[in-house]
This record gives sequence, C-alpha cells and structure tokens, in this order.
Amino acid sequence: MSAKSTNQKAWLLVAPVVILVAFNAVIPLMTVVNYSVQETFGDNLFFFEGMKWFEEVLASERFHDSLLRQLQFTFIILAIEVPLGVAIALAMPRKGFWASVCLVLMAMPLLIPWNVVGAMWNIFALPDIGLLGKTLNAMGFDYNFTRQPVAAWVTLIAMDVWHWTSLVVLLSYAGLSAIPDAYYQAARIDGASSWAVFRYIQLPKLKHVLTIAVLLRFMDSFNIYTEPFVLTGGGPGNSTTLLSLDLVKIALGQFDLGPAAAMSLIYFLIILLFSWIFYTVMTRGEDK
Amino acid sequence: MSLALKNVSLCVDGQTHIYDTTVELVPSGFNVLLGTTLAGKTTLMRLMAGLVPPTSGAILFNGVDVTGVPVQKRNVSMVYQQFINYPNMNVFDNIASPLKLAGLTRADIRQRVQQVAELLRLDPFLKRRPAELSGGQQQRCAMARALVKDSDLVLLDEPLANLDYKLREELREELPRLFAVRERTVVYATTEPSEALLLGGYTAAMHEGRITQFGPTGDIYRHPADRLTASVFSDPPINMVRVTKQAGQFLLPDGVTTWDVRGPYVGLKDGTYEFGIRPHHVHPAGNMADGAFVEGQVHIAEISGSESMIHFDLLDRPWVSLTHGVHAFGIGERARFCVDIDHSMLFSTQGDLVATMAT
Repeated sequence: MSAKSTNQKAWLLVAPVVILVAFNAVIPLMTVVNYSVQETFGDNLFFFEGMKWFEEVLASERFHDSLLRQLQFTFIILAIEVPLGVAIALAMPRKGFWASVCLVLMAMPLLIPWNVVGAMWNIFALPDIGLLGKTLNAMGFDYNFTRQPVAAWVTLIAMDVWHWTSLVVLLSYAGLSAIPDAYYQAARIDGASSWAVFRYIQLPKLKHVLTIAVLLRFMDSFNIYTEPFVLTGGGPGNSTTLLSLDLVKIALGQFDLGPAAAMSLIYFLIILLFSWIFYTVMTRGEDK
Repeated sequence: MSLALKNVSLCVDGQTHIYDTTVELVPSGFNVLLGTTLAGKTTLMRLMAGLVPPTSGAILFNGVDVTGVPVQKRNVSMVYQQFINYPNMNVFDNIASPLKLAGLTRADIRQRVQQVAELLRLDPFLKRRPAELSGGQQQRCAMARALVKDSDLVLLDEPLANLDYKLREELREELPRLFAVRERTVVYATTEPSEALLLGGYTAAMHEGRITQFGPTGDIYRHPADRLTASVFSDPPINMVRVTKQAGQFLLPDGVTTWDVRGPYVGLKDGTYEFGIRPHHVHPAGNMADGAFVEGQVHIAEISGSESMIHFDLLDRPWVSLTHGVHAFGIGERARFCVDIDHSMLFSTQGDLVATMAT
C-alpha cells in the first residue's frame, strides 16, 4: 500500500516535463490535426470533413509549385553551403591567434536574427540605394530583385549562404580538429597526396558532423520564412513563395484553417520523411 | 640499415625539445627508447623519420646525409600509440595502401598483403573495416601496413600502450620476431622498463630531451651511467638515500643507522655518496636480525594479488618496497625494512655511477 503511494508520487517529478511538452508540442499539434479534418465557419462552427483537405492540398497546383520551389531552394543552398563550408574549414588555421579570429568572424553571422539578415540584405541589394544593387547596376548588370525572379532568387540564396555557411564551417572545423595528428603523419609517411588525405582521412572522419550539418541545414532551410518575406514577400509574383510563405498566406491571409492545417501536417511529414531517409542513408551499414 | 644522429637538436618557439644528441643505432636490431612521458621519445622518432627537420645536426642513413630528405622518400614506416588506419577502407585496402602508392602491380600487392596478413593473423578479417575490429586487431592492421612496406627503418611509438594487458603481452612476444627480420632497423618507444627488458636488444634511456645512455639493454639495467638513467630504468622509481662512508660503514643522514660496507664499495674513499636500490630489493624486515635495515613511516600499502607495494618515507625521501606475499601495514605505521645491499648502486653526489653490486 505504502509502496504504491510512493510510486504515484514519483509522477510529480516528471509532471513538469509532461506538462511542458503537452502545452508546447502535443496540444498544438493535435489542434492542427483537429482543424485539418474539419470545415470551419465563423461563430466556432465546425463540420467534419475527413480527408477532404488533404486530398485538396495534395492535388492543388499551387501546393505543387511551392513545394517544388522549396525543394529547389533547399537543394541549391545545400549544394553550395556544404562544400563551401568544408572548404573554408579546411583552409582555416588550426591554432594560434588567427584561428581564434577566424572562429569569431565565422560565428558572427550566426548571431544575427533572421529578420535582421533579411532587412540588411534587402537594403544592401536595393538597385537605387543599396551598395550591392547599385554597384551591380553600375557595372552594367541589370539587377532588380523586386522585379526579376532570378535576381530575387540569387539574393535569397546569397543571403542564406552568407548567414548559414558558418554553421557548416564551425561543425566541420570541430570535426577536423578532432582528427589526431598521427593520421596526418601516417599519411605523410605513406606519401599520400593532399587529395588522398582529404578523401581517405578527413572526409571519412567528417562524416558524422557533416550528417548533422546537412540535417540541420535541410530542416532549417525547409522552414525558411523570414528572409523571403522581408525581401519581397514571396515575389515578384509567386517566384519566391516557398512552402512556409504559402502556408501563412492560406492560413492568415485567406483564413482557410482546414486546408492550412492539412498543409502544415503534410509539410511536417515531408520534413520528417526526408530527414529520416537522409539519416538512414548516411548512417547505413555502420553498426553491423 | 644503419641510422645515426649527429649533434641533432630541436628547438620550437624558443623551447628546446631535444638537446644535442649523438647516437648510432644498431643496424638490423631492436632499439628501445625508454623514458617517461615528455622525455622526448616521440619527438626523437619524428626527427628520425623526417617528419620534422632538426634545428641543427645531421641524420645519416647508411652514412648518407638525409637531413633534408622528406619523409615519403626515406622508406620509413611508423606505428603509433593510437590505432591509425584509414577509416573507410577495409583491412585489405589499408594494408595495401602503401604498396598502391608505390605503384606495385595488382598481383604483387595481393600476394604481399596476403603474406603479411597471415603473419599477423589478420587473414580472416581482410574484408572488414577498422571500426569492426577489436583494438588488438586494429593495431595489428596498422602494424601490417608498416610491415608490408619493406622499409629500412620501422618506428614503433608505444604501439602497445592502448591495448589491454593480455593483448599487450601477446603482441609483445611476437614483436621482435615480426619486425627484426633482414636488414631493418627497428626503434621502439616505451615508458615501461619491463617492456624494454623483455624486448631485449639495445636501449637508449631518455630524460627531458636527452639520451642519458645507450647500450645493450641488460648492461644499462645493471650498470646505469648515472642516477637519471637508473631512475628511468626503474618502475616504481629507484629508492635513493644519501650515505656517508667512514670507517668501513655507511652512515645514514639520521646519524644513527649504519650499514656495513661490502664488495666493491670497500675500496672507495671516504665521503658522501648517493645510495640507490630498486624497490624489489627492499623488503619488510619482519624479525630479521642480520643485514642492512631502514626504518620509515608507511604511507600506503598496495596489495595486488601475491605482490605488495609499500610506500614509505625514509628521512623525507619517498621509498617503495616491492615484495612478494601479502604484507599489510597501517597508514602512518613505523616499519623496518631490509635493504639488499648486494643489488645496490652507488652514485656520486653529482649523480654519476661510482660502483654497483647489481648483477
């Protein structure tokens, strides 16, 4: 009897966590699930609709377009940031005064909030007053991100690369620093070229941190909202309307809670699915 | 192949890592570098290999000056304390990597890898990756890479330090057989005196960037040139006490304890000496009546199976007795120990060996 009451009391110890997780994760998620299967009218009138919104979202061209743009964006920034980040990490000095300087410089962009980055680049790239925009136009390039979809994309990607390559750099740098000096000596004794050192020592040793880096960049870039919103609000036209922007437009702009909720869930599942596939592929055949 | 260092020294950022060192290693033999951590063993090996250029001096292979020759042109191989293998290659490719870089044919490579793998009992694991091997197998794989190369100089930098006790003993027995074949000079760094003695060959005792003595391992053990060498070659450290020789007796600094002077010590002139005795020649005295005795305060007695290691203070110097059997002492207890003078060494107050009875 007494043992049983002691056991019950133990729940109090985990209660704070349970309540916290319930309020910031489980309940909001379930609310979304709830909305996604109902038609909403004013006066809090709800009608059960089953899978209707899911079918509608999955069939809509608008969703296909923004998903495609999102995948393009993520693929491009991963293809730039990961190799660039590794290259910078390789080029950075390993120790001494300059190593610290480089690390601080690298950490700087990461400290700047998303919307500030968006605003900075917006002004920086303005064709009439921005340093970048004006210089480009003075050099003869016709560059105006508010009118040209390509220019808007280039600006968006430049912004993300500027903001987040550092993350890959710092992770790779940490990974490289963890390789014992003896590996490099052994390679030198073997007479291995610097390419062989990279291919057979550094890259395999970086595999784990790169998996983390790619996963983080994948999830973050899939969630990107602020930068395109601050830059052009998804324009010109719909050219930079990525998934999250589209979602907000539906949910808040048009107040279509049902489709927006269904889309959120699909969005969430896509990220989960891609992350899982990626992680499985990267860590395949490791714990035999 | 013969390897000689002539007045080699190394300074980095104003700090001397290796002091002026001249040594000629024994060709086609096993050379042990013995010293505590930070004695400069690894640094000396890196100098020998050519991984770092010396600040001054010359390194000669077979009489030819190779000081400026980069490591990959010297035909050297090295095995480290950490298990260094290419992580994403299987064992076969790992062992084959130096041969591939040397540009051998496929058939040659296959044959030589097979041969070395059999020698090191790695042949069942050729398809595995290093991460799928045990520590001992990983280190054997690294050794196979060093062996397959047919290099003139093989440097083994504490290769057994990270292995567990059983594997260490097993590999230690195999090592001389594996490496000391043909015209090959082997250098083996270790912190353990017992390892140096087991491996035999020649030993260079190192202390703080200097080789204090080089010669056949057994000779150095029995006739260390000075106190430093004697302490490097003793684990636990050699026990030392200052003695004054007068009237056929050694008088200890407490002014009371005296020992009879014997053997080669009789002819020495009177004066002050440093008396050294290895821990396994100091035993709890029990009820013994004859012999040389000391009395000290016990710090701690470590009993490991059938051996006891008793730490005590003798006139403010730390002493250790390493002895068979279980001898329990209370902390702080005063105890009498018997010193086996027939295995002692006598140094001058400057630290040079004066006479020894150790055999």
